Amino acid sequence: MKVTLKVWRQKNRNTPGSFKTYESPELNENMSFLEMLDVVNEQLANRGEEPIAFDHDCREGICGTCSLVIDGKPHGPHKGIATCQTYMRSFKNGDEIVVEPFRAKAFPLIKDLVCDRKSFDRIQQAGGFITVRTGAAPDANSIPVPKPDADLAMDAAQCIGCGACVAACKNASAMLFVSAKISHLGLVPQGQPERYKRAKAMVDQMDAEGFGACTVTGSCEAVCPKEISLDFIARMNRDYGVALLKGDPKAIKGGGAG
Amino acid sequence: MNIFDRIWNSSLGKKYLMALTGAALFVFLIGHLLGNLQIFGPPELINGYAHFLKSKPAMVWGARLGLLACVALHIASAVTLAQLNATARPQAYATKGAYGASTASQYMLPTGIVIVSFVVYHLAHFTVLLPGVNGVGDFSNLKATLHHEQVPDVYGMMVLGFEVGWVVLFYLVAQALLFMHLNHGLAAMFQSLGFRDHVWWPRIQFLARAASVALLIGYCIIPLAIYLRLVGHDYAEMIRFKPKAQTAPPALVAAQGKEAK
Repeated sequence: MKVTLKVWRQKNRNTPGSFKTYESPELNENMSFLEMLDVVNEQLANRGEEPIAFDHDCREGICGTCSLVIDGKPHGPHKGIATCQTYMRSFKNGDEIVVEPFRAKAFPLIKDLVCDRKSFDRIQQAGGFITVRTGAAPDANSIPVPKPDADLAMDAAQCIGCGACVAACKNASAMLFVSAKISHLGLVPQGQPERYKRAKAMVDQMDAEGFGACTVTGSCEAVCPKEISLDFIARMNRDYGVALLKGDPKAIKGGGAG
Repeated sequence: MNIFDRIWNSSLGKKYLMALTGAALFVFLIGHLLGNLQIFGPPELINGYAHFLKSKPAMVWGARLGLLACVALHIASAVTLAQLNATARPQAYATKGAYGASTASQYMLPTGIVIVSFVVYHLAHFTVLLPGVNGVGDFSNLKATLHHEQVPDVYGMMVLGFEVGWVVLFYLVAQALLFMHLNHGLAAMFQSLGFRDHVWWPRIQFLARAASVALLIGYCIIPLAIYLRLVGHDYAEMIRFKPKAQTAPPALVAAQGKEAK
């Protein structure tokens, strides 16, 4: 099979970009989308042209590095999978496929289809951690966790931080990512000490990064390769509301055993 | 920072404000509809209700100021959030986006703007009684006799007002957009306030749909029934503005106020 690619090309952040059209060579329909790009790039390199820059790493759907908005949908036409597990058999021979980078103010473009998602790292650093005792590993199951909570926490922990939620949202909102990270720790006993502080810190960092607000359109949930649920956004709203009402803890004067 | 600053300066805080003010306005919509449905009773019913409201200025003005505050907060949050959202994606996609989003959820701001302009018109139409906007005449002259007292003839005002085609059309269009706005907004307010889980979300969506359909039907049957001459047509003919009030029959329950004095 062969396809026509309409790809966003942009040398760097300060140079205006534009779409360029490429004809693919003969493809195996069982190639992944990224392998197809590899083949197209090989052809470009052989012709002495600059290959198309795109993000990729594990290529098995667990690292969250691959991106791309394919024909208007982040991670391509299917539900619940990332670009690396989108295969060319999902397209028809002769299709024109439009490929764009994730677009958001908080995801500034680096080159072609590669954008800078370090804003997610900064949100994570603002509160996406728990206090743990150092030393020897604790006994397994020494802290009882109710099974439904553990399941829900695992659902949230599936988030690979790819940023498709931001890319799909009409407001470029990062709520689904942030809520997944807040919920995955907030649902288990180990995450309780910083639960509200975490919600406040991560949401405030999200606002500071310039992401939009949530209008509950559900686009993020629809494109998420890990099918993270909007329920987690409600959970984040709840925790953040409690944090707002609590306010910042007052410093204790006099110290010690006050 | 105090709690008001904390709420106003956060994207989630503004969503709480949107949800809470939206909920208050929804409660008003229910009350307002129940009041207006009295048009299907005899003229004395809705005229008596209107007279009762007018006789309690503290209550009416308290409610009006409360509603005004809700509307102002709802709009202020909406506008500032929309600005934030517009700047969050400086470069748009070339392809059609919004995958998986419902139509209503994408057009909350446009539907909201039309609803606000409708509310302004509706106030000019039936509250301020601007003669120029109703296509009939000066409603403030309409009086009815209730318990030997001259009261504003709300029944007459409605049956005359809704016999004008373009007015009815504007009301119906506004109600359709209000339905869209509520269909999304009523469910989304639970999401914004965090009252949602996988069990309750389908129920919340169903109830939001049911409530918005009920309001759509309730608010549309009033102008439609009058426009189709199913309600109050005889009454409208009786009180229709005439060049000389003296020609009105003495048995009239409503007459043009100035002459009736």
